[in-house]
Amino acid sequence: MARKLLVLGEIREGVLRNVSFEAIAAAKQIADGGEVVGLLLGGRIKELAYTMIHHGTDRVVVVENSNLQDYTPEAYSQAIMQVIDAEKPDGFILGHTAIGKDISPRIASKIKSGLISDTVKVDIIGDEVIFTRPIYSGKAFEKRAIQEGIIFATIRPNNILPLEKDVSRSGEISSIDVQIKDLRTIVKEVVKKASGGIDLSEAKVIVAGGRGVKSKDGFKPLEELAKVLGGAVGASRGACDAEFCDYSLQIGQTGKVVTPDLYIACGISGAIQHIAGMSNSKVIVAINKDPEANIFSIADYGIVGDLFEVVPLLIEEFKSVAVT
Amino acid sequence: MNIFVVMKRTFDTEEKIVFEDGKINNDGAEFIVNPYDEYAIEEALKLREKHGGEVTIVTIGEEEAEKELRTALAMGADKAVLIENEDLDDWDAFSTAKILSTYLKDKEVDIVLAGNVTVDGGSGQVGPRLAEELGISAVTTVTKLSVDNDKATIERDVEGDSEILEVSLPLLITCQQGLNEPRYPSLPGIMKAKRKPIETVDMNDLHLEEDEVRAKTSIVEIFLPPVKKAGKILEGEISEQVKELASLLKTEAKVI
Repeated sequence: MARKLLVLGEIREGVLRNVSFEAIAAAKQIADGGEVVGLLLGGRIKELAYTMIHHGTDRVVVVENSNLQDYTPEAYSQAIMQVIDAEKPDGFILGHTAIGKDISPRIASKIKSGLISDTVKVDIIGDEVIFTRPIYSGKAFEKRAIQEGIIFATIRPNNILPLEKDVSRSGEISSIDVQIKDLRTIVKEVVKKASGGIDLSEAKVIVAGGRGVKSKDGFKPLEELAKVLGGAVGASRGACDAEFCDYSLQIGQTGKVVTPDLYIACGISGAIQHIAGMSNSKVIVAINKDPEANIFSIADYGIVGDLFEVVPLLIEEFKSVAVT
Repeated sequence: MNIFVVMKRTFDTEEKIVFEDGKINNDGAEFIVNPYDEYAIEEALKLREKHGGEVTIVTIGEEEAEKELRTALAMGADKAVLIENEDLDDWDAFSTAKILSTYLKDKEVDIVLAGNVTVDGGSGQVGPRLAEELGISAVTTVTKLSVDNDKATIERDVEGDSEILEVSLPLLITCQQGLNEPRYPSLPGIMKAKRKPIETVDMNDLHLEEDEVRAKTSIVEIFLPPVKKAGKILEGEISEQVKELASLLKTEAKVI
């Protein structure tokens, strides 16, 4: 059944986020031969429209408005509602990112639609679109379908393969003017804290530390290892509670749920709540002094040893691997 | 200040999931206040300490949820409301938000606090949907809140960065880790909680018909992920293990 799908292209630091390309791939699958329309909101963003087309959208709708320069839920939802009104899509796909999580339930409520959040897989069975998503932070999964409204979902980064970029693709780029008024929320300031600009949920490699890291300074070698591998640093609840690092780094059933290609757990014992947040990573490496640590039961590769000895050696080794 | 907390009773995060006949079996499982809702309760109590008023906890569920409501009352909440319903499993975030908004719409709320997500369903939809239904502003993943008259200054977590914003009341916030340290119920608190009122409301009291709250999504299947097998524990000198690991990640696992 051919459908028309809308996909939000999310911009971070002037470029499109990878999860938006993954969203395009999901939308393409759901469109089932129909049309995939990209949506870009912001200040001066037209050149990014071509990138969306190269990654698979058939055309792109651009909404340029000074009120959309930075994300606010009210300005975004007013703009998106006007685009939905004009385009009347059969479905809408976004990344399950800070913006996606914040905006999608508001839109779903306004258009009286079902919404399936944090999905990791799409299946088309006959005329039905079925989404798979983790529940209990990944201890179990459910398959869900929309019963009323549009096919509306957010997708978790790193789970759906984006389409191959093809610069020969072309498509129409159009602009829509929107009215934005009565903004009740004013953003005063954004304080950058995230390490190296790589968000945990989107990182391909995560180096995570637990109580075994022992101090704030103990995280330094982990940060260096993450840097060498182009990844991000995460932590267990134990490390956050002990104030070795910020709560925004916490991975687990409370905290972030992550699915990187490579997860390196350093000095993490592997409490059930932590494992819920990372066990669906593609490859897990555990480094721990205690050979009985639970983390080894789910690790693909384990090193029994002192992380302060192992991690610096790993940094040297990966530096040379990167060179060769 | 008229403060409401919407709370959910969830599986204890210590629990393993027991699966039977295509369903998750709750028998004998421990239940707790959703951990993110504890931040909401704590913040509500702090607001009351500063601005006066009343804290009311609202939940939807079966009568067992009284235990979690008593926990919130023992922490210091003034009142609790149990919206009784046994069909929770057939519902989705839309249904929950619809029921909560029907209950709250004539309550003249100043602020509604909710958890950022629940640790079971984890959709994160109920808070923002509820605010939409009530026609009030919503700010999600809040890590700092201060209220001055009808203005709130808020810090929120945006993928590790923090955003500072200003918004007018009435307002709904969803609470993120780092907002506060939830207090434990004190012994006098627990004693007092036994005498505090729990109001029970059902769908008839809310004048809600079944089809007004019918889920807009449906569950097709629930399943457990394949059990992950323990892999390879490397052996030998640490420096040798490190070399072997780097090589395995490159050639066998192909992740670097």
